[in-house]
Amino acid sequence: MSNLLELEVKKIVETPPEEIERVKNWINTEEYKEKNFARQALVINPAHACQPLGAQLAAHGFEGTLPFVHGSQGCASYYRSTLNRHFREPAPAVSDSMTEDGAVFGGQNNLHEGLENAYSIYKPKMIAVFTSCMPEVIGDDLTAFIKNAKQKKCVPAELPTPYANTPSFNGTHIHGYDSMLVSILQTLTEGKQVEGRCTGKLNLIPGCDFNTGDYREYKRLLKEMGVPVTVLADISDTFDSPCDGSYHIYAGGTKLEDAADSINGKATMTLGPYSTPKTFTWIKDNYSGKHVSMPLPMGIAKTDAFLMKVADLFGKEIPESIRNERGRAVDAITDSHQYMHGKKFAVYGDPDYLMGYVSFLLEMGAIPHHILCSRGTKKIEKDLQALLDGSMYGKGCKIHMNKDLWHLRSLLVTDPVDAVIGDSHGKFAARDAQVPLFRFGFPIMDRVNKHRYPLVGYQGVVNMVTEICNKFIDIKDETCEDQQFELMR
Amino acid sequence: MSDKIRKIEGITKESTQAMIDEALSVYPEKARKKRAPHLAPNDAASGCASVKSNKKTVPGVMSARGCAYAGAKGVVWGPIRDMVHVSHGPVGCGWYSWGTRRNMMSGITGVTNFAMQFTSDFQEKDIVYGGDKKLKTLLAEAHDLFPLAKGISVLSECPVGLIGDDINSVAKTSAKELDIPIIPCNCEGFRGVSQSLGHHISNDTIRDYIIGTREFAEPESPYDIALIGEYNIGGDAWSTKPLLEECGLNVKAVWTGDGELEKIAATHTVKLNVIHCYRSMNYMCKVMEEKFGIPWIELNFFGPTKIKQSLRALAELFDDNIKAKVEAVIAKYDPIMQGIIEEYKPRLDGKTVMLLVGGLRPRHTIGAYEDLGMDCVGSGYEFAHTDDYDRTAPEMPDATVVYDDPSEYEFEKFADTLKPDLIGSGIKEKYVFQKMGIPFRQMHSWDYSGPYHGYKGFEVFARDIDMAINSPTWNLVKAPF
Repeated sequence: MSNLLELEVKKIVETPPEEIERVKNWINTEEYKEKNFARQALVINPAHACQPLGAQLAAHGFEGTLPFVHGSQGCASYYRSTLNRHFREPAPAVSDSMTEDGAVFGGQNNLHEGLENAYSIYKPKMIAVFTSCMPEVIGDDLTAFIKNAKQKKCVPAELPTPYANTPSFNGTHIHGYDSMLVSILQTLTEGKQVEGRCTGKLNLIPGCDFNTGDYREYKRLLKEMGVPVTVLADISDTFDSPCDGSYHIYAGGTKLEDAADSINGKATMTLGPYSTPKTFTWIKDNYSGKHVSMPLPMGIAKTDAFLMKVADLFGKEIPESIRNERGRAVDAITDSHQYMHGKKFAVYGDPDYLMGYVSFLLEMGAIPHHILCSRGTKKIEKDLQALLDGSMYGKGCKIHMNKDLWHLRSLLVTDPVDAVIGDSHGKFAARDAQVPLFRFGFPIMDRVNKHRYPLVGYQGVVNMVTEICNKFIDIKDETCEDQQFELMR
Repeated sequence: MSDKIRKIEGITKESTQAMIDEALSVYPEKARKKRAPHLAPNDAASGCASVKSNKKTVPGVMSARGCAYAGAKGVVWGPIRDMVHVSHGPVGCGWYSWGTRRNMMSGITGVTNFAMQFTSDFQEKDIVYGGDKKLKTLLAEAHDLFPLAKGISVLSECPVGLIGDDINSVAKTSAKELDIPIIPCNCEGFRGVSQSLGHHISNDTIRDYIIGTREFAEPESPYDIALIGEYNIGGDAWSTKPLLEECGLNVKAVWTGDGELEKIAATHTVKLNVIHCYRSMNYMCKVMEEKFGIPWIELNFFGPTKIKQSLRALAELFDDNIKAKVEAVIAKYDPIMQGIIEEYKPRLDGKTVMLLVGGLRPRHTIGAYEDLGMDCVGSGYEFAHTDDYDRTAPEMPDATVVYDDPSEYEFEKFADTLKPDLIGSGIKEKYVFQKMGIPFRQMHSWDYSGPYHGYKGFEVFARDIDMAINSPTWNLVKAPF
């Protein structure tokens, strides 16, 4: 025994049950909440991951693309397994396994050896390189390393090798998504702009969205509109591929030639204003055609705005079929508004999702009572407040910026709501507060097939309203007195 | 160890080597040379490792390995339920390892157990100016908000070691100020070649900071034991601990599944250490043997054959009282196990399985499959050492393929050649093989099921294996048109 802490050697003492009871009650008090909100350094149950995870998602959105983590190998295993658990799909990615000697000599040798091996074994059409902590801390020069790799012929000179610096000690997964996406587009479109050429297509940027159903929904709606589209970056087939007895390492993604030609698009629209600001800024400066930034189309009004903008950009009428689809969605919400009206919600997640949840709830006459954003800016707070100010149901709702899910727990037990919307990590707080959690975010590791059900568009409204209302009705059926248990609800 | 050398029809040393050569043929020369010694046909007769292991991962090949931090947080420290485990550094590592190992805990979350994610969430300024001050503040905050936490572990992520923070000094000062154990663990992910070094570093910190700092309140008994390397995945410890107690033994501490800091700290007074996951905790067994004279025995709680052998080997170390109790336990469970085998074996007899897991499972579970009539046709580890492969050789049929830290490509190629009826591996592999139409069970997490340990676990294991292999859904993979 070393007892390096030099603490006194004691007999084991079991904590008395009354003390456990006291603390159990104490953590639900206003006093505890204040202490909890006074935290300066400790983060407990954060609602965000780190940059490289988002970078890997962006890379998976392109045809034949192998995500490549420059850094420790454990990082790659963490990103992969997180994506595996959410989508229940493969998430192939390699790492160059930097170790102690990399810390001393830099990671160039690992990067070069890794690129050569990955290219030979997995035969990608593109390798998207992004960094985890180690090379960021020691200051690896990716630009030089990759240039040298091509000179050394580790990979063919013509192989696209976009790269992004995605330090985990800055921002969240949405920022890594942005950095990787812009780098991929910069790489693929280089020298592809043709004076006077127009693809006639819409470049649609869904943003850092982990719902494959959303991507399919955009494509379906645009097909219905007769608007040809290039989705940048399209993960729908990558993370929702058929089980047919064969494994394809690159199951989907935007075609590289389409991505390259996207610089000659008729219009480019981002639906992830908070997760693609860098990409969009660069596109505005470099892409032909019009450039539009729209909020994630969650809820009826935001879907209307999205479709009208597309119609406007392409000089198209919104077809009868979509008008009917809207009508059916509105039918669904008017039929079921009574189960959501006045219900209080707590919502948390990435900013684009948050704006969507809040718009949708306000449309339903529900109250987004607590809005928690774990990493955000003044701009996001202002935009959320503007949304709240636009509806009587937003009155008195509170925005909690840069807070975590342990803060959320305090909120739920001291200032209760009827339900929570967020990712699986909120299940602990929701359980303690004895309210349902609607899993609409990322990651969802404890329910099946959620990523296949779109939350955007009119169909998204139907999906959300069905799930929420039926759950409230289930709760009533499960908890009501016998004499209140009736056939109709 | 199995009694006789088994063979699988159609598998010879030559056929296995040809399969390996074929898989490596696409590799660049240098990578092929590095990988070749890690892949080999099993030499059951030798009882020795046929592959090299515990070497650096070859860059870019798509390894399944994790890092030292993963070994420290996920495996050794994380399961201790009454401590706050701080992932010290940027937000990601702690977030990815939050609730994803399935080391189950009793108690009340946030009150007496802390199955949460605590992090210092490093920002750019912490990298530039160092994180020691932040650490000191957050330790006080954690103690304040979680007064019943018995201690705090500080688990370093990559940047901490690179920027030269001194967490050891902060831990020592704060431990005195707060009067609770605060254990600094320098388990940065870039250290070593896999999770394995994280286990070792964590064992060393238990040795240096914990063991011997508590004493059990009750008097010692000759039947006091500790259960080491049992992480309570899917409730495993809730099967094995009662089983050992039924045999008349006092399980004074479990390392570290559903673990309690103070009981771990007092383990130096037990009479025997029973180790299950040898890879992750043999270090501490050896330390306790040297320093405190505590003998240890390595057991296997998978499947009735191995459980029975294990319990009898355990009984040999005790008096007739325990021997009688062990025989009574075996007599009680034998018919129940026979019933399970009679139910499932007819549907599983002759089926084959390939394994790629961590610590002990690539060898320890083979007997459980054999109890169900199945054969293991390939096995390997993410982060094993030579002593693990030595122990594996006699468990596997002769000439079957052994793979150390295989790339996804190698594993896929082997599976494609061997066409096993089941693959037992991890989440990263699961969907690759399911797309190929091969039934799969996650063998790190018990695929959200469990327990698989002990008699109670075998019933669940048998049901799950049957369910995976014989699910009618697999018949629908090929479209009829």
